[in-house]
Amino acid sequence: MTVDSTSALHLDEPYARPVLVEGDRDIAAVTRRVCGVVEAPKPPKAWYVAITITSAMTVMLFGCVAYLIATGVGVWGNNSPAFWGWDIVNFVFWVGIAHAGTLISAILFLLRQKWRTSINRAAEAMTLFAVCCAGLYPSIHVGRIWVAYWLFPVPNQMQMWPNFRSPLLWDVFAVSTYATVSLLFWYMGLVPDLATLRDRATTKLRKGLYGFFALGWCGSARHWQRYERAYLILAALATPLVLSVHSVVSFDFAVSQVPGWHTTIFPPYFVAGAIFSGFGMVVTTMVPARELFGLKELVTLRHLENMNKVILATGSMVGLAYATEFFIAWYGGNPYERFVFLNRALGPYWWAYWLMVFCNVVAPQFLWVKKIRTNLWAMFVISIFVNIGMWLERFVIVVTSLTRDYLPTSWGYFAPTWVDICTFAGTFGLFLTLFLLFCRYLPMVAIAEVKTVLPAAHPHGGHGHKEGAHHG
Amino acid sequence: MNFFPKWCNTLRPVIGAGAAAGGLYVVALVAYGASPKTLNVGFAPEQPVPFSHALHAGELGLDCRYCHTTVEKGARAAIPPTETCMNCHTRIRPQSDLLAPVFASWSDGSSVRWKRVHDLPDYVYFDHSAHVTRGVACVSCHGRVDTMERVRQEQPLSMGWCLDCHRNPTPNLRPPEFVTAMDWTPDRAPEVIGAEIAAQKHIQPSTDCSTCHR
Repeated sequence: MTVDSTSALHLDEPYARPVLVEGDRDIAAVTRRVCGVVEAPKPPKAWYVAITITSAMTVMLFGCVAYLIATGVGVWGNNSPAFWGWDIVNFVFWVGIAHAGTLISAILFLLRQKWRTSINRAAEAMTLFAVCCAGLYPSIHVGRIWVAYWLFPVPNQMQMWPNFRSPLLWDVFAVSTYATVSLLFWYMGLVPDLATLRDRATTKLRKGLYGFFALGWCGSARHWQRYERAYLILAALATPLVLSVHSVVSFDFAVSQVPGWHTTIFPPYFVAGAIFSGFGMVVTTMVPARELFGLKELVTLRHLENMNKVILATGSMVGLAYATEFFIAWYGGNPYERFVFLNRALGPYWWAYWLMVFCNVVAPQFLWVKKIRTNLWAMFVISIFVNIGMWLERFVIVVTSLTRDYLPTSWGYFAPTWVDICTFAGTFGLFLTLFLLFCRYLPMVAIAEVKTVLPAAHPHGGHGHKEGAHHG
Repeated sequence: MNFFPKWCNTLRPVIGAGAAAGGLYVVALVAYGASPKTLNVGFAPEQPVPFSHALHAGELGLDCRYCHTTVEKGARAAIPPTETCMNCHTRIRPQSDLLAPVFASWSDGSSVRWKRVHDLPDYVYFDHSAHVTRGVACVSCHGRVDTMERVRQEQPLSMGWCLDCHRNPTPNLRPPEFVTAMDWTPDRAPEVIGAEIAAQKHIQPSTDCSTCHR
């Protein structure tokens, strides 16, 4: 590369670190900017509009859940032969979305990908909120929700234990472990920033609340030393979970003997899909959030572009998995398997299948073009496609296999009811309400961590403060 | 600037212990607190007529089957009709105030509203005849009814309690002729007698879900 190359080209030189924070790049400015969102006397008008809509949807969700509990799962479209319907589809959909946060915060942390610092807080929060939405479904689809504690191995009067051979039980442990570790990881990362908010607080209430949750953080060297150690340990604990949780979710299907489910490709295919959908959701929410709260200099186009690259990579993996499934259906010579896959593409749900292929395989390919993956509108639209596509993927897997299994006499066609639809829409309300509250009341960007990638933290260069430096 | 004063540090072991104990408490609460052993044993509702099993079954020595006629043939042990009471009470204490609801029932044909004491959930199929004809005594599940002024639930009737016997029935089996005897004492170890009866009658209780949940 020549010396007079443009700065855009410069970023792609392997030895030149990209700028991670744009604009005013001094330490105090970062604190001011992030805390400013929380401390502003009033949030932007759009925030009020958004939270009015989303909280109404959340109320609708609670209404639907109450109706379901009072009446029974018959209010959903689940019925013979499709005993699994939107409840499982939506559970897998939300668990999948929950994968981006931990991938960004744990795996990218261990791989020392410093660009994670600007987006990890929000992505982890999304993980938690998505797990809330996901966890809702298994607990309400048991029907008699007041005995949902039977899911856990607690000694009881029936002398009954959950079936330890069932992947559905593994799911309970996988998802609850994931939720716990994600919460701890997120909260621990928040502690120094909560202390910052506490120290800047002007009202008693704020000082008390942020002070309580800051757990007495005073920023001493000993605190930092322990914090860094604990963060590393939690990152190491969370890393295998990113891979294991969706593998276990895929076992719900793969361990059964239903054609189209009983395949060994499911765990890696599900994990790739989960990361794909998770990053899709992060882009969908971060593009408007950074505009709304004026964080464009912290969450730069470079961050979004990196996420789009992950979407492109995982989207291609998902496409490869679809192709592999078809190849194995043909190559494996199992007539049931072959029928199921032909039926997926050409049967009554052909529309869902091809829409899924378009959303998951075709749409992300546009991200090869740099102009598209750095265009906010384009990436926003593509990320919406990813969300739709990944929902359809789970729908196609669950419903096409169940409605066309071994017995042609019990074939059917799944139709959701209004309760299915309103419950699903309501989970979006819950997810977005929690996210909007998070944006307003908690530091959306990890202040302390972003400071470590500023020039002041690297007097000897790196991250674009010394263009063309040959060392890290 | 700190919300927590320094003495909070001394609370840390307490909080740790509290969290651990809290987990154990929840398990114990489900295991014991939510068990029918705690919730249902001892249930003894007041009946419309102060009918005394201690008098009728104990002192007078009526056999259980005099009133609960279907117990050997049917799933239910039959609450006796008013007519059964009136077999005797047309002559014995025909003016008693305590028996007023029985006489009312006798004259207008309505039922006496007895309150059910031993009430299994609707999703449990239980057959008295299957148990009684194989030698499971009344007393095994209902306790010493012949000493009760007012009938109360003696056993938990929980699923685990049912399974205990289905897994190992021998201590609760006796020769069928003694099934209604309240004070029968075996001449040998009950397990030995039970094992003989089990072998003779091919008693192998099932513990499949569908045995009771049909």
